[in-house]
Amino acid sequence: MIRFMWAIVRRDLLLVARQPAEMINPLVFFLLVIALFPLGVSPEAALLSQTAAGVIWVAAMLATLLSLELLFKLDHDDGSLEQLLLAPYPSWSLVLAKVFVHWLVSGLPLILISPLIATMLFLPSQAVPTLMLSLLIGTPTLSLLGAIGAALVTGVRGGGMLLTLLILPLYVPVIIFGASSVAAAAQGMAIGGYMALLAAMFVFALMITPWAAGSALKL
Amino acid sequence: MTESSWRMPRWFHQMGSPKWFYGFAGILQPWFAIAALGLLTWGAVWGLAFAPADYQQGNSFRIMYVHVPAAILSQSIFLGMAVAGAVGLVWKMKVAFMVARSCIAIGATFTAIALVTGAIWGKPTWGAYWVWDARLTSTLVLFFLYAGIMALNQAISERHIAGKATAILAIVGTINIPIIKYSVEWWNTLHQSSSFTLTAKPSMPAEMYLPLLLTVLGSYCFFALVVLMRTRSQIVQSQSGASWLMQHRDITGA
Repeated sequence: MIRFMWAIVRRDLLLVARQPAEMINPLVFFLLVIALFPLGVSPEAALLSQTAAGVIWVAAMLATLLSLELLFKLDHDDGSLEQLLLAPYPSWSLVLAKVFVHWLVSGLPLILISPLIATMLFLPSQAVPTLMLSLLIGTPTLSLLGAIGAALVTGVRGGGMLLTLLILPLYVPVIIFGASSVAAAAQGMAIGGYMALLAAMFVFALMITPWAAGSALKL
Repeated sequence: MTESSWRMPRWFHQMGSPKWFYGFAGILQPWFAIAALGLLTWGAVWGLAFAPADYQQGNSFRIMYVHVPAAILSQSIFLGMAVAGAVGLVWKMKVAFMVARSCIAIGATFTAIALVTGAIWGKPTWGAYWVWDARLTSTLVLFFLYAGIMALNQAISERHIAGKATAILAIVGTINIPIIKYSVEWWNTLHQSSSFTLTAKPSMPAEMYLPLLLTVLGSYCFFALVVLMRTRSQIVQSQSGASWLMQHRDITGA
């Protein structure tokens, strides 16, 4: 089974490498959304540094959702998804492998670029490590939860909008603790509790979502 | 390995048969209708006209007799939908999926009623229609969950698949509801703590408490009635042409 998952990871990474736009587009979207806030709200440093944590988290969430639509869609359209589900391995292993690639391609770049964004939004520098850590623990949860929605809307017309409707409510706890941890770090407070909760949510999502998405794929 | 001797009771499997459910629901329906009408009328008249006014909130507290049942139902229905969906997934019962789908619209309606009456009640009590308080926010999220399930149902044209999708989403949502609830509670809270529990002594006098109990029970009966009716109509749609249905006295009118 490990070999099966490894094969899917390699295949999906290869597909992304041949279509790098898929990886870059969410990142550009992320930057664009971030850039809209100073334009729309106010370019003042004091205000921006207060809202930075929430803005970065919301933008990360939207960027994740944008790329989730394609998680199973391309494989569904060319028929390979059906073959993969027929393979003698549990469907959750397929989901787990695909979610891992999705996170590598969409979550990890966001984390790497986040210090730059934090500087643009005047986030206090002592909060930057916390921002990266919270994104590191939080974005895999986003990818996992989103996989359920992606699996449910696979093969449904207008799936992208639907996916957003289905999944955003489930993201509420992640954004609360993700953004609060950064805000707490900016004020010099302890962040251990927030990280523990984010990690707990990740572990819980890791247990539940591959099963749910796997059974949704088989519909 | 000894095989487990424990089985689900016979009636449980009978419920899974559209024909049996159709008949059974037809018998139950009028009783729920009478109970809902009676309890809601009794509770509403008692609560709105005869219960004493609140010493702090005056008469505005009376919206509670609509708000609290709606809020309770909004969560119960989601749970009920998940249970029905789980039953459908485990025992492969089409009727259970139909029950789950019947819950969506009525649940969303109760959630909307809870939000609107809450806003109306909030204005005189807190001085604002909306505050970003834990319970308001989690009810709003619940409404979004209902909206998502509704949208998914509309997008999937094949009923059987829509039922399964509803079941999965309802189960995932139900697991998430407590997490959402506690996370927004830690985030921000202002709401009065619930003064209505089954386990503790109520924090309000019986003349105020009992009408509320009646309207809550009445709302449950109303919900049951609506679900039975909607499930029956789904059965008619999916089984149209089946001989048992064509000979049923509800259809022939005999």
